[in-house]
Amino acid sequence: MMNGDLNIMVAGEAGQGMQTIGVILGKVFVRGGCDVFASQDNMSRIRGGHNFFQIRVSHELVRTSSMPLHILIALNGESVQLHRQEVVLNGVILFDSEKSHVSEEDNRYLGMPLERLALEQGGNKIFSNSVAIGATLAILGWDFKNLENYLSEYFSIKADMVEGNIKAARAGFEDALIRSNRYSGPKPLPQESRAKMFLTGHEAVALGALTAGCQFMSAYPMSPSTSIMMFLAGNADEFDMVVEQAEDEIAAINMAIGASYAGIRSMTATSGGGFSLMVEAFGLAAISETPLVVIDAQRPGPATGLPTRTEQADLLFVLHASQDEFPRVIFAPGTAREAFYQTIKAFEIADKYQVPVVVLTDQCLADSYFTEDRFNISGIQINRYLLSEGEVNSLKKYKRYQITESGISPRAIPGAFGFEVAADSHEHDEDGHITEDAYIRKEMVEKRFRKMKGLTKEISLPKQIGNQEGDLLLVGWGSTYGAMAEAIEILNSDGIAVKGMYFNELWPFPAKQVSEVLNEANKWAVVENNYTAQLARLSQMELQKKPDGHILKYTGRPFMPEEIVDAFRREVLG
Amino acid sequence: MTITIKDFENDVPMAWCPGCGNFSILNALKQALVELELKSHEIVLVSGIGQAAKLPHYLKCNFFNGLHGRSLPVATAIRIANSDLPVIVIGGDGDTYGEGGNHFMHALRRNINFTLITHNNQVFGLTQGQASPTTERGFVTRVQTHGVFLNPLNPVTVAIAFESPFVARGFAGDIIHLTGLIKEAITTKGFALVDVFQPCVSYDRIHTFQWYKDRVYNLNDDGHDTQDLMAAIIKSKEWGNRIPTGIFYKNSESLTFEQQSLVLKDGPPLVKRKHDPTKVEKLIDSFL
Repeated sequence: MMNGDLNIMVAGEAGQGMQTIGVILGKVFVRGGCDVFASQDNMSRIRGGHNFFQIRVSHELVRTSSMPLHILIALNGESVQLHRQEVVLNGVILFDSEKSHVSEEDNRYLGMPLERLALEQGGNKIFSNSVAIGATLAILGWDFKNLENYLSEYFSIKADMVEGNIKAARAGFEDALIRSNRYSGPKPLPQESRAKMFLTGHEAVALGALTAGCQFMSAYPMSPSTSIMMFLAGNADEFDMVVEQAEDEIAAINMAIGASYAGIRSMTATSGGGFSLMVEAFGLAAISETPLVVIDAQRPGPATGLPTRTEQADLLFVLHASQDEFPRVIFAPGTAREAFYQTIKAFEIADKYQVPVVVLTDQCLADSYFTEDRFNISGIQINRYLLSEGEVNSLKKYKRYQITESGISPRAIPGAFGFEVAADSHEHDEDGHITEDAYIRKEMVEKRFRKMKGLTKEISLPKQIGNQEGDLLLVGWGSTYGAMAEAIEILNSDGIAVKGMYFNELWPFPAKQVSEVLNEANKWAVVENNYTAQLARLSQMELQKKPDGHILKYTGRPFMPEEIVDAFRREVLG
Repeated sequence: MTITIKDFENDVPMAWCPGCGNFSILNALKQALVELELKSHEIVLVSGIGQAAKLPHYLKCNFFNGLHGRSLPVATAIRIANSDLPVIVIGGDGDTYGEGGNHFMHALRRNINFTLITHNNQVFGLTQGQASPTTERGFVTRVQTHGVFLNPLNPVTVAIAFESPFVARGFAGDIIHLTGLIKEAITTKGFALVDVFQPCVSYDRIHTFQWYKDRVYNLNDDGHDTQDLMAAIIKSKEWGNRIPTGIFYKNSESLTFEQQSLVLKDGPPLVKRKHDPTKVEKLIDSFL
């Protein structure tokens, strides 16, 4: 975070290409050595409405969007009206002077015939987005070469598009250059830096799945989870993977379980409503002890709710999902980097303990772009924890659900050896056959729950952030990480001794360590995108500890750091 | 080493009613496996919940006994993961056509190479005799107290309408015929349905073994052309004093899921393919 950070918004109606402009700009900035965070705010429709893509550019690490805006790229008149209040006085509002009608005088206005320049210089009015991109970089004092190189690469798969886009971008660049002195806001310039990745949270999840050797994904499209399926489908051929669009979420999860039983790593992804349909089969994975990774991209509201918005209200749902009791694991990454490595870990844990693992994401993580150091996979090993040939040779009789000390029974895949492999949804004996025997039932419940001991050791402890001397504590989880971390920085720089505890692995709950941190704090508050403060309720359940303050937001929009700062002053400092 | 019925036997106590048609279907399936020389550890039986769905426990094999109605998605993915393993799905009419009705339709669409054997007794046995999707109109139960007035689902007609590779109906009272149907279903490339009349001895006093014996005939003895889609549909609707069993329809031209999937059509089964981390490195680089 830095005062010199630049905030750009690209706004318009669905279908106008805000994301294309945003991603190209973001990528050019990242290639130019800047750190970029970009978030998306979309309505649940295909065309029309009002959407925006917000980019923050810095020379330091940025993990969240911030306000006010310095440059507004308004692709229609409505966007000018909706967002001009958010633009600083020395900022710029770029719009199509021939298409968008703006009535008032405003010295921030930079009207430009975007479509006409695209048509005249590039040969097609669809290149108008490139005109806007060129203009933006001219205003910021960047060299056109930065853009030209990236545009050639971006459009390289559509070779006929390269020249027109570059010409259009140059037209916008030159037109804005003459008037660029109008802008006197932050100008983060290119600097030398290591090459960094620019990707969304869900791209990172999907990349993690491919790294983990996931070979099967079944899902039913549901916002905001669908981006995972689409990314995997686009890479499936190359990675010997099958991505199957199931007839419903119930089929999706049952397919994922079937593929896992047959011996390949598999996953499904959905949102809360779809997970509601999956709940029975979630229990099937548990009792049949079939490894399974489920991504729940949470969204606000029961039933349909707000499909394209963000919320963190499924934590206690996934913790208790399905009848009866069984061990499970819950992760909630807060950055693209965490999403990548935790997805890999989810597959590893699922295989090692033969349990279902849920990775909670949400729109805020899913669709936001993060700047990350290149992911390093050299140390990653894929362990399947299956019976080896040697172990098989020393077996007297294979028992799929053998009672063991660790609770983990020997797993083989059907057809691999000269014996049969069972999987059963009933309570079963060691061979996997139906039983109602009271003693065996008790033994099996206890066997499955013995896995908790091992699982508890696998869980990473919550991260400690901010001023470690502080006796005030903010506690959060998942995608609120960025806003919370920045709020703590702001408070620390204002001389308030606050630190943060941030969870990205929530279950099994690391009770002992959390208790120690909470005991040290004079006062603590939770930061959550939900109404009932679910992490606070979890800590009450596990530790009988109640927070002193609740910083909660359930508008379907992510936290801004400033909101957390204000709420903290009110709720905790009083 | 010759495979015999003994190779498929285990000592799991059975929970079926004495005289149930399930026993005959189990015997026919075992006989078919023996005749096809399949080994117990090289096949997978998949089932849901119900009396019929317990069958995989009574036959030595790899099995996945999952949730009520959800056998078909599980079977689908087992085939996708390992196309070396023959998969046979076993279920009752409530399991397969009621709770799993949507999956049945989509399994027909997907045309994955496995066999579905439905023990169709027109009744929910395990929950004490309620109507199933295939129950005849007028049948009175303790829930359908005025008799069923919903139209029954005819799975054979539905499967033919999807132009499935193999659509047959058997009768638990004719094990030899049923064995032949199961054998041909298993060797068929693509989705094969064997819907089996299996009288419920506990909850259906009307559709008894004798009731069926008096009515069923083998339509393949009657000069039926199994390539003729419309003739197959018409035959599938025949119900009354004469009820056809046998092979209604065969479509040798339909392409399976496995044959059409770019990933699956060539090379070893997915489960035998090696992970290549260099491909991941390349993909990671594409985000720089």
